[in-house]
Amino acid sequence: MIELEHVVKRYGGRGAVDGMTLTIEARTLCAFVGPSGCGKSTTLRLINALIRPDEGVIRIDGQDIAAIKPETLRRGIGYVIQSIGLFPHWNVADNIATVPRLLHWPKARIEARIDELLHLLRLDPGEFRTKFPHQLSGGQQQRVGVARALAADPNIVLMDEPFGALDPPTREALQGEIRRIQAETQKTIVFVTHDMDEALRLGDRVAVMQSGKLVQFATPAEILAKPANEFVRQFVGGADMSIRVLAVARVAERMRRDGAAEGEPIRERASLKEALTLMMTSGREILPVIDDKGARVGIIRLTDLAHL
Amino acid sequence: MIRNRVILVLVLTAFVAALTLPFLGFAPNRLVSGRAIALSEAVSAESLALIILCGAVLAAAAFLSPSRALHLGVLAAALALTLFLPLVAGAAATTLVATATPIARASLAGGFWIMELSAALAAGDALRRLDAGLAAKAGLVIGIAAVLVIAGFSGAFDQLSLAKEAANRREAFADAVQRHGFLVLVSVLLALLIGVPLGILAQRRPRWHTLVFGGLDIVQTIPSIALFGLLIGPLAALSDAFPELRQLGISGIGVAPAIIALVLYSLLPMARGAFAGLASVPASVVETARGMGMTGAQILLRVEAPIALPVLLSGLRIVTVQAIGLAVVAALIGAGGLGSFVFLGLGQRALDLMLLGAVPTIFMALGVDFIFQILLGMARRTP
Repeated sequence: MIELEHVVKRYGGRGAVDGMTLTIEARTLCAFVGPSGCGKSTTLRLINALIRPDEGVIRIDGQDIAAIKPETLRRGIGYVIQSIGLFPHWNVADNIATVPRLLHWPKARIEARIDELLHLLRLDPGEFRTKFPHQLSGGQQQRVGVARALAADPNIVLMDEPFGALDPPTREALQGEIRRIQAETQKTIVFVTHDMDEALRLGDRVAVMQSGKLVQFATPAEILAKPANEFVRQFVGGADMSIRVLAVARVAERMRRDGAAEGEPIRERASLKEALTLMMTSGREILPVIDDKGARVGIIRLTDLAHL
Repeated sequence: MIRNRVILVLVLTAFVAALTLPFLGFAPNRLVSGRAIALSEAVSAESLALIILCGAVLAAAAFLSPSRALHLGVLAAALALTLFLPLVAGAAATTLVATATPIARASLAGGFWIMELSAALAAGDALRRLDAGLAAKAGLVIGIAAVLVIAGFSGAFDQLSLAKEAANRREAFADAVQRHGFLVLVSVLLALLIGVPLGILAQRRPRWHTLVFGGLDIVQTIPSIALFGLLIGPLAALSDAFPELRQLGISGIGVAPAIIALVLYSLLPMARGAFAGLASVPASVVETARGMGMTGAQILLRVEAPIALPVLLSGLRIVTVQAIGLAVVAALIGAGGLGSFVFLGLGQRALDLMLLGAVPTIFMALGVDFIFQILLGMARRTP
C-alpha cells in the first residue's frame, strides 16, 4: 500500500505537485493520467525518492520513506521509463540481473530468475539472453525493461509512460502483457500515461491530475459514468464516451445467469466491445458466455450492452 | 580512366623525388657538406629494375578497376618497396664508405625519405581499401618492424650515418629514449589522475564547466617554450627556499619543470575526453540506474565509465602522442630525452644528429598511436 499525505513539490515557486493525498491499495494497478506538466511523473518520482517532497509524507506499507536509505528503497521498487534506459554495454541477461546483483543474490538464483522473467515476457531465453540492447526492436527492448524492473520480485513497480514511444500494435500487445503479469504476480503497479484510453484499459483505479492537483480518483467505470468536472469530461472525450464504456466494462458485469444461446461463445472476462464486435460479425443478438475454464455460465443480449 | 587518385599521387610524387632529389648524401666527414648521390647512381641495375617494377605495378593499379586481388597486389608491391628501399640504401652506403676513409659519411637524403614515405602510405591505403582488421594491420606492422630490426642487427644499416651517430652515442641514445619514455609516462599518468576528476567535476557541476575549461584553454594557448621557461623562475625560487626539495630533484631546470609543463598541456585534452565521454552516456541510462538503486559510485564505475571508455581513450591517445612530441622541447630546460639530440644537432648543423632525435620520436609516437588504435578497437567491440 502506498499512501501520499498532503504532498507538495515546488519547482521555481510553482507547485508541480500541489497538496496530493491518496492511497494506492496493494496488488492493484493505479493509472495516473493527465496532460503533460500536470505532475504525474513528478508524483511517480516522489514515490521512489528520486526527488524529495517539500511538504507532506509518503508511506509505503505504513513506513515513511524519508526514513529509508534511498538506494535500499529503490532496490525494492521496480522502475520502467519511456526511453527504457537499458545499459547499452550489457547484454539482456546482465541488464535483467542488475538489481539482483546489487542485492547480492547467489549466482544460480539470478540465472534461474533471468530465464523465468524472459519466459514471463515471452522472450525465448536461448535467443535473447546474450543479445545486446541495440540488437532488439523497441517492443523487445521494453519487454526487457519490464523484466528488469520485475527482476528482484519487488512488491511495487513504477512505470512512467512505458509504452509512449512504441507503435500502436506493439503498444497494445504490451498493455495486454502488463494486465496479464499484474494478474499473475499480484504486484502493486503505478502507471503514468497521458493517454486516457490506456489509463481506462489498464487501471483498476484511475487518478486524473491537472496542474499538480488530483481531480478525480475512481474506477474506470465511475470516471466514465460520473466525471468529477468539466476537465475530466473533456479529457475522457464527450462523444466517444459510450464507446469507451464498452471498452472498459466486462461481460461479467452485464451477463445473465439464466437463458441459453447457440454459436461461438464469449469469455466473461472479455470487454463489452469484444461482445458487440462478435455480435456484429456473427449476426446474432444473443451470445453464450463461458468462464476461464470454458464452462457455460450464462448469456448476454444486445440490449444488455445498452444500459449504463 | 583514373580509378585510384591516392596511389597515382603517391607514385608521381615518388617518381619526381627519385629523379630530382638525391637518394643519399656522401661526405668525406661529418662536418663538410656532402655530394648528392642519385638513386640510379646509388643502387645496382637489378635493384633499380625491382624498384621500377614495383612502381609500375602501383602506377598501373591507379588505372585498373578496384578488386580485392588488385588491392592485395598494391599492398604487396608497396610493402616490398617499404622494406627494400632501406635495405638498398644501407647496401649503397656500405659500398660508398668502402671506397673512402672510415670517417666518411653516407646519409639518407630527401629522395629516400619521400619514396619510403610514399610506399608506406600506399600500403596504408591498400590496407584501408581491403578493410583489413586490426589483427592483420598489427601483424603487418610488427612483421615489417621485425625484418628491419633484424636487418639492422645483422649490420645492413651500419654504414648509414644515422646508424653511426647512434653507434657513437649508444649509451646516450639508450638513456635518452628511456628518459623520454619516463617523461611521457609520468606526465600522462599525472594528467590522467588530475584531468579525469576535472572532467567529471565539469560534467557534474555545470557551474565549474566554464572555470575548468576556460583555465585549461588559456594554458593550452601558451607556447610550449614559453611555458617551460615560465616555470624556471618559480621552481628555482621554491628549491632555494626549501633545500630539501632540491634533494628530491626539484629545481628550476631539469625533470620537474618539464613534467609540470607536460602535465599542464595534457590536462585540457584529458579533461575534455572525460567530459565528452560522460556526456555521451544517455540521460535515460543514468536515470534508470539511479531508479534501480545504484549508488553514485556504482553508477560511475559500472555504467558511466564503461560507456565513456572509448571517448576517454581517444583523449588519452591525443594526450600521449602530444606529450611524446612536446617532450622534445623539454630538452631545452635540461630535462634530457630525445630532444637533446635534436638541439645538439641544430647547434652543430649536423642533420644526422637531429634525425637521431627526431626519427625515434616519430616512431615512438606512431607506435603509441597504433597501440591506442588497438585498445580503442577492443573498447568499441565490447559494447
